[in-house]
Amino acid sequence: MSQMQYEAVIGLEIHAELITRSKMFCACSADYASAPEPNTLICPVCTGLPGSMPVVNRRAVEQAIMVGLALHCQINPMNVFARKNYYYPDLPKGYQISQYDLPIAVNGWLDVSVDETPVRVRVRRAHLEEDTAKLFHQGQAALVDFNRAGIPLLEIVSEPDMHSVEAVLAYATQIRAILRYLGVNSGDMEKGVLRFEANVSVRPVGSQELRTRTEIKNLNSFRALTRAVAYEIQRQTAIYEAGGEVVQETLGWDDVRGITLSQRGKEEAHDYRYFPEPDLPPLEIDPAWIESLRAQLPELPEARGERFLREYGLKRQDARLLTSEKALADYFEAVVRCAKSKPHEVSNWITGEFLRCVNDFNASIDAISLPPQHLARLIDMVSEGTLNASSAKLVLREIFQSGQSPQAIVEQRNLAQISDEGYLTGIIAQVLDENPDAVASYLAGKETVLQWLMGQIARQTRGKANPQIARHLLLEMLKKRQGEGKED
Amino acid sequence: MGPDLINLTIEEAHALLVAGKISSLELTQAALERIRQTDSQVRAYVTVAEEQALEQARQADERLRSGRNVTPLTGIPFGVKDCISTRGIRTTCSSRILENYIPPYDATVIERLAAAGAVLIGKQNMDEFGMGSSCENSAFFATRNPWNLERVPGGSSGGSAAAVAARQGLFALGEDTGGSIRMPAGFCNVVGLKPTYGRVSRYGLIALASSFDCIGPMARTVTDCAAVLQVIAGHDPRDSTTWNEPVPDYTAALKQPVRGLRLGIPKEYFVAGMEAGVEKALQEAMRTLEKLGLTLHEVSLPHTKYALPVYYLILFAEASANLARFDGVRFGYAAPQASDVIDLYLRTRRDGFGKEVKRRIMLGAYTLSAGYYDAYYLKAQRVRTLLRQDFEKAFAQCDALLAPVCPTTAFRLGEKTGDPLSMYLSDIYVVATNPAGVPALSLPCGFSADMPVGMQLIGRHWSEAVLLQIGHAYQQETDWHLRQPPLD
Repeated sequence: MSQMQYEAVIGLEIHAELITRSKMFCACSADYASAPEPNTLICPVCTGLPGSMPVVNRRAVEQAIMVGLALHCQINPMNVFARKNYYYPDLPKGYQISQYDLPIAVNGWLDVSVDETPVRVRVRRAHLEEDTAKLFHQGQAALVDFNRAGIPLLEIVSEPDMHSVEAVLAYATQIRAILRYLGVNSGDMEKGVLRFEANVSVRPVGSQELRTRTEIKNLNSFRALTRAVAYEIQRQTAIYEAGGEVVQETLGWDDVRGITLSQRGKEEAHDYRYFPEPDLPPLEIDPAWIESLRAQLPELPEARGERFLREYGLKRQDARLLTSEKALADYFEAVVRCAKSKPHEVSNWITGEFLRCVNDFNASIDAISLPPQHLARLIDMVSEGTLNASSAKLVLREIFQSGQSPQAIVEQRNLAQISDEGYLTGIIAQVLDENPDAVASYLAGKETVLQWLMGQIARQTRGKANPQIARHLLLEMLKKRQGEGKED
Repeated sequence: MGPDLINLTIEEAHALLVAGKISSLELTQAALERIRQTDSQVRAYVTVAEEQALEQARQADERLRSGRNVTPLTGIPFGVKDCISTRGIRTTCSSRILENYIPPYDATVIERLAAAGAVLIGKQNMDEFGMGSSCENSAFFATRNPWNLERVPGGSSGGSAAAVAARQGLFALGEDTGGSIRMPAGFCNVVGLKPTYGRVSRYGLIALASSFDCIGPMARTVTDCAAVLQVIAGHDPRDSTTWNEPVPDYTAALKQPVRGLRLGIPKEYFVAGMEAGVEKALQEAMRTLEKLGLTLHEVSLPHTKYALPVYYLILFAEASANLARFDGVRFGYAAPQASDVIDLYLRTRRDGFGKEVKRRIMLGAYTLSAGYYDAYYLKAQRVRTLLRQDFEKAFAQCDALLAPVCPTTAFRLGEKTGDPLSMYLSDIYVVATNPAGVPALSLPCGFSADMPVGMQLIGRHWSEAVLLQIGHAYQQETDWHLRQPPLD
């Protein structure tokens, strides 16, 4: 067979839990993650007791509108909730209240960057719905916890505009960043507040056809998402290369084995029998309401990244990293405001050692205990030459955890850099006297010895010697010794 | 000898209670005693809540003694159709699947009546989940018509109508999805009001067809219905389909003059097939109303012939989803020793639901399925708009419509149980109002072969006051409503 080149066609559905005080359709607390016991945050509505009725959460609608606006969607002035009918023990009413033909937001787009190339992913729709309960299996029995039942979910559906795993990751990451910027989702993947479903098909490069696609359900991390999509692209490509046909089906992802598994085929596909929810009148959204929400939109990651390029002269890559999280970008700007150092120096510290600390100490960007002015001072000390870079890194690791001022640590540990030429001259003279062989080989032309001598000076000063000054003095003193030697 | 406690109207009882001539405890005990004496024949009650009733009566007497917070319903004993949730009192919908279900919460109407000091004495039989027109579809037993124990009381609020007619309580709350208050009211010689959709909260009402269901009062006089409606009507934040407008003073409206009001006679409602005695009673009622100064005008409701199919298609669809929550997982009947969840669903629903319920669920699921939705559900919704417009056009020419309630008087038990279609046809005059959402009042207007005949006044949206006003004027001129059934 000829070596045909294949291209993937991928669309993504993202289910995002919104951050509201109460649930989507009742007054129960939505903070199910902090519930002390199963089935403590429940009422007749979210357990689907006979006779109970839903009431729409206004805040959830506002958050959905804000996401729609951030994704350049049109907001439907007339919203209709619909019943999606199916049976499962985690679905108390036997239907999920969702939206069908009149969702809250439609026809948007999001530009993402894949290998420095911009890619536009169209957003087909975003709609509101309610989350299901949680099932726990215990031997033969299954237990149901309804604390999560009725948590507001926003489902964001893209067009199949992504053609690589990298594009999928870039889009998903960017959506997460936007949701966090808007404060409508914690982005805490481990808690399952963001879940993905991917539609995947492959076709010969250059073709515009949409071939049979498969749907991979319940992908709960970026890692699972990218692995599953990569696997599925490869699986389908192999099928076509072997002359076979891809079957339309719903797949699950087995994270341990790293494979997709068939859950149900086309002929078993659910007929959800959608129809308008008669318990909720159509929700009319006043244009003035939309405008007031538009006015509340924060600066979003893309715009902020562009501003960082312009205003602070950062590298594109750093600007993107710093603006990927609102809290990080806020922190960066707070440090820049306090520091005398240049913004790019602040950026180097934050994207480097600071983020390493965040990672190493498993800290949350949202709750950094180190005040920005302390980090600013630390960076300034390096710029001023009163602290060397390696000491500064040690200081940062300490103050990152304790929140203390850098001066306090520098004093406590006696880490201040030594720039006193008189003192350093004495140290260098001692080093040269103690190592005549090294001096001789340097003078004989072996320049690498210089670095070794610098190391000796650092050892004598416990790393506090100002390296620029020490180097300058060392060279001068070696030159002098050379002159002395000639006289001999 | 004291007053004839069981034959008192609310109005009369209230006067005696306030004057201290009788106590709520006596009135309540008389109602309970009447149930003990007559209910082995009538079988109107599924559950009698004697203890709670006596306790509520004592509290009402406290209130009456103190003179504080006394309302026209304080101390008045009443019964409730068994589809309205009552905290701590089982609520069965006359279905096996809810035979032992005790709601943990009160419906809004129950809360409001309790706040007004009314005394709940029990829960009344009905066709299972409201599906039926004779009260024979109860999973427990058939209710009999107090006027002739061989005949049906009508349905689905048959227990409520029979109880009011049999003097087992001074009023009842019924529920009307497609005539379920009015038809049994007509069969049993009581007054029944189906309010405008959205006038009375449905929160806590176990739904049959959510976009049709209306809770309404059933009593022996129009005045009493007005007093009950006054308490239960009004916006409820827990039911988003309730109307957020002030409730008029219905009792005050009764005194408004009716002279000059225009009464429309829909020609499609007076056609061949009506029992002669029924037609005669209706003609006489027209003459009485003319005598009262109302003018009669022939009007047309051209889409009447589609009312029945539209009504049933939408009802089946909504009911199929509303009844999905009865799955044996959280409440109600659960099939024992289920081998897995599918087995639990299948056997719970097979054994828990009656034949008619299963028939309607199947039909509803079918009409909502992919490929059939447009032809059935959507088409029905479009014709529903035409039905609504029929009424709007008619009300451009008149203030209310006069119509029969049923083409015949109460039929014999077993007469129609083998033929669901002929049972559906008995609702021909009462179903169109529910898809249109308009209010309608059913009241006694004579007898045909010793069985009661009802007439119906249908009004514009939110015009309950006008209907009550006309009905009250009619009852000042007639005594049909005062006649007592021949029960020992």
